[in-house]
Amino acid sequence: MSSGRRSRQSSGSSRITDDQIIELVSKLRQLVPEIRERRSDRVSASKVLQETCNYIRNLHREVDDLSERLSQLLATIDADSAEAAIIRSLITQ
Amino acid sequence: MNNPRRLSSSCSMTNIKSRFTHGFLRALSRINTRKPSTTREICKRFLRVKLAADASMASAVGSRRAWSRAMLLKMRLRRRTCRDSRITNDKKKKKKMSGSDQKEEVNGIRKAEELRGLVPGGESMEICKLLDETAHYIKCLSTQVKVMTTIADFYSL
Repeated sequence: MSSGRRSRQSSGSSRITDDQIIELVSKLRQLVPEIRERRSDRVSASKVLQETCNYIRNLHREVDDLSERLSQLLATIDADSAEAAIIRSLITQ
Repeated sequence: MNNPRRLSSSCSMTNIKSRFTHGFLRALSRINTRKPSTTREICKRFLRVKLAADASMASAVGSRRAWSRAMLLKMRLRRRTCRDSRITNDKKKKKKMSGSDQKEEVNGIRKAEELRGLVPGGESMEICKLLDETAHYIKCLSTQVKVMTTIADFYSL
């Protein structure tokens, strides 16, 4: 029995069961589009984690691209309150 | 501490969305007041927008979540430098799936090094909290992307 594989959590707190972890991972699975759309049930938990990491990186990239786009558009904006209200209503639809 | 998060999770995301929109639009008009004249200022603008987006989202979530607390703290400490360095952990340790596959796998998950580098504040979290925070972080990030896309499309017309 290898005790060397224990994670670096501080001991003494309640032990997290493997089942709890698997349950949380399957919850994550629902949020990541890549995996959600695959019909098979047999997606390994480490695959879920990998896809989650990829998904987060993609989202970061999208934020970067959008920031770039917005910074270029800013020059053409006269951001007054009327426009802001329109945008808010579009978003909260 | 028992928060009825699950009951109100969908309407709290709506609240976060509108708080983010409000804060981000305000930040955008603040950035807009300074017209850039040099190339350097134009480059800085992109970073300002990105920081404003991240800050607005973290503020919209507030201190309810560990990741937003970590992000707000990091931003306060980062006043001097503009460069955002996102550390991507490219180490992929391929473990051989021997005997008890699931046990090996779960041990790998407990470490989750790559994920820890991506989620704010994830370095020191224990695994269950990390997975929980990741789920919320993903929801907020995709909300952020949707709102920013709407705004960009609106001004592209």
